[in-house]
Amino acid sequence: METLTLTKQKASTNKAPTERLTGAEAVVRILMAEGVDLIFGYPGGAIMPVYDALYDYQDKINHVLARHEQGSIHAAQGYARTSGKPGVCLATSGPGATNLITGIADAQIDSTPIVCITGQVPSALLGSDAFQETDVIGISMPVTKWNYQVTRAEEIPEALAKAFYIAKSGRPGPVLVDITKDAQIQEFDFSYEKCTHIRTYFPKPTLDVSKVKEAAELINSAKRPYILFGQGVILSNAEAEFKAFIEKTGIPSAWTIMGLSALETDHPLNVGMLGMHGNYGPNLLTNEADVIIAIGMRFDDRVTGALHSYAKQAKVIHIEIDPAEIDKNVKTEVAVVADAKEALTELIKHVDPNSFEDWLQRFHDCTKLEHEKVIDNELHPKSDELSMGEVIRVINEKTNGDAVIVTDVGQHQMIACRYAKFVKSKSNITSGGLGTMGFGLPAALGAQLGAPERTVIAVVGDGGLQMTIQELATIYQTGAKVKVLLLNNEFLGMVRQWQQLFFDKRYSSTVMVNPDFQKLAEGFRIPTKLVTKRDQIAAAVDEFISHDGAYFLEVMVGKENNVFPMVPSGSGVSEIRLE
Amino acid sequence: MKQEFTITAYSENNVGLLHRIIVIFTKRKINIESFTASESEFEGIHRFTIAIHETEETARKVAKQIEKQVEVLRASYYKKEEVVQQEMALYKLPTESLAHGGKVEQIVRHHNARILTVERDFTIIEKTGFKRETKSLFDELQPYGIKEFVRSGRIAVSREDHGIDKLVTNFEQIETH
Repeated sequence: METLTLTKQKASTNKAPTERLTGAEAVVRILMAEGVDLIFGYPGGAIMPVYDALYDYQDKINHVLARHEQGSIHAAQGYARTSGKPGVCLATSGPGATNLITGIADAQIDSTPIVCITGQVPSALLGSDAFQETDVIGISMPVTKWNYQVTRAEEIPEALAKAFYIAKSGRPGPVLVDITKDAQIQEFDFSYEKCTHIRTYFPKPTLDVSKVKEAAELINSAKRPYILFGQGVILSNAEAEFKAFIEKTGIPSAWTIMGLSALETDHPLNVGMLGMHGNYGPNLLTNEADVIIAIGMRFDDRVTGALHSYAKQAKVIHIEIDPAEIDKNVKTEVAVVADAKEALTELIKHVDPNSFEDWLQRFHDCTKLEHEKVIDNELHPKSDELSMGEVIRVINEKTNGDAVIVTDVGQHQMIACRYAKFVKSKSNITSGGLGTMGFGLPAALGAQLGAPERTVIAVVGDGGLQMTIQELATIYQTGAKVKVLLLNNEFLGMVRQWQQLFFDKRYSSTVMVNPDFQKLAEGFRIPTKLVTKRDQIAAAVDEFISHDGAYFLEVMVGKENNVFPMVPSGSGVSEIRLE
Repeated sequence: MKQEFTITAYSENNVGLLHRIIVIFTKRKINIESFTASESEFEGIHRFTIAIHETEETARKVAKQIEKQVEVLRASYYKKEEVVQQEMALYKLPTESLAHGGKVEQIVRHHNARILTVERDFTIIEKTGFKRETKSLFDELQPYGIKEFVRSGRIAVSREDHGIDKLVTNFEQIETH
């Protein structure tokens, strides 16, 4: 009963003329047809025919040779996040393919469009435990939006057409197409049509206007409405509609770290960051709002804290493209299952102009308290030790918020998200859902290649940097102008902070005896500077930003500084601690 | 409260989709009581019937996650009373066990089961029904020496109109344009 075709897509009557090509060359021609001019990858035995075909198209498709497949996929993610186009990643079978998995899982949980193409052992050897054979379809199944194994060249056009369509449409995500080596070598009659429809797949739900009206009614009668926005605003290019919506309704708006930069930092209605290390007011006042409007976010546990004491008093409106997210973590009053841009365009028509001065003042009061207890000291520390926050402050001053900030994972990530200023969307690139250490450096490379006209700063810690530090070689080889800011506290800082607060200061395996990062960066032929004193920061950051090319700036920061505020794990948002 | 749920998914019939659906359960450490894949009433569309013992909230979330898969057309979950369901069991007995004054044949008749085949060495009995019915027949036949026993996964059809025909007509129309 197995149908041989992927789906019964209708054979067009005026079929495009065919051309005799190998499977490998077809792959390259399809990439071009999909508008791909930059890919990331690492060659190896089972993908060699595709690499050979790429050799003839070097003027059309630029290939970035990473130093590890994990680096290549994180770079593809960074590229996708700044360019808005799918990131494409090539790898060989076996270890090449398995090394992609962390990045695929990261892209899945953070909804990043990625197309992975992996080589596979010849179809006759499938299942024989051949050299470099792994069941990458099986391994990647739980972390891909879709995957498919090609064993005949004729399957390549349809498989890749579907791959691009699925990766980009609806809630984006990673897809993987595994192509056996014999299918790459086979010749076949090639023609290509982009995929525009899959019969069992409904990426864009039809907007239910009655639900929008219900939402508008709730909003219009709210006394203390509150907006939580996430990456959905960015993914649907709804930044302008979002801003128009909040300005018309006057509703205070807080962001998840994936939504950061969708609304400029200094907007009067931007009240700050949600979540475990988010701002004080946005967390505390979640439990005072009467109507919560969640837009393109998924109530991750790092945002909600303990669900049993999360926003119980509020009526929740959830605008979300993925029906599986509705009522997954937080019960909704009104669900608008739709693309954020479409939903907001309609919603604006039905909401009344309004303002909530007293309610907004509550957020300002919280901000004031947070300044006194946390922020002032982080940005202008009184101790001799340097803080991560003051370095970010100086960067804000030098860039005026017009930089792409890519972070790794840990304390520096929270500090960068909390304090970096943004004036443009798609400017904050971070591993939000998966928390992948090692993401930052390669993602910054991809982010820079995806937005070549912009200043791209990789903010990394000494722990995560060493997970993918070899990508400094890729940065050098590509000439990408990536600015690497290492905030070095000689600790796995976030784990150490938890050990201090919740494990009785038992610093189990968090002390880092580090290499000489200055020499390492020099070894990778990247200009470098070390800052250990406060009076060196401004000049060093100046040079860091203005240098025309990649640069490595290392700042020694306080070893045992903590990130506050904090909603301790298992606590509710209103139990947020300022110290 | 955990209870019996039947999840039905209509999908393409593609290699690997079974795995993709199964991992949705394993990810949540949900034990699948039974799993049946078959054709559906629509040509080229497959149907999975999955039996789980879970809370309604879990059943709902899992059904949504299944429906989210690209190649799944629709996934629904049903409580026990919302479906008509059956399972089939086969019992292999030594043929000589029939020679107990027709006792086995009486049991078979009493349970509305049937004798599928009688060979020289063994006899196969078939029973379709609820799990408790196939189990009860098992208990009665056991003294006569069951050499093999197997029960199929649950198959079930919903009492409500699932509306999938509309979806299918819809995509057939799209495809012919």
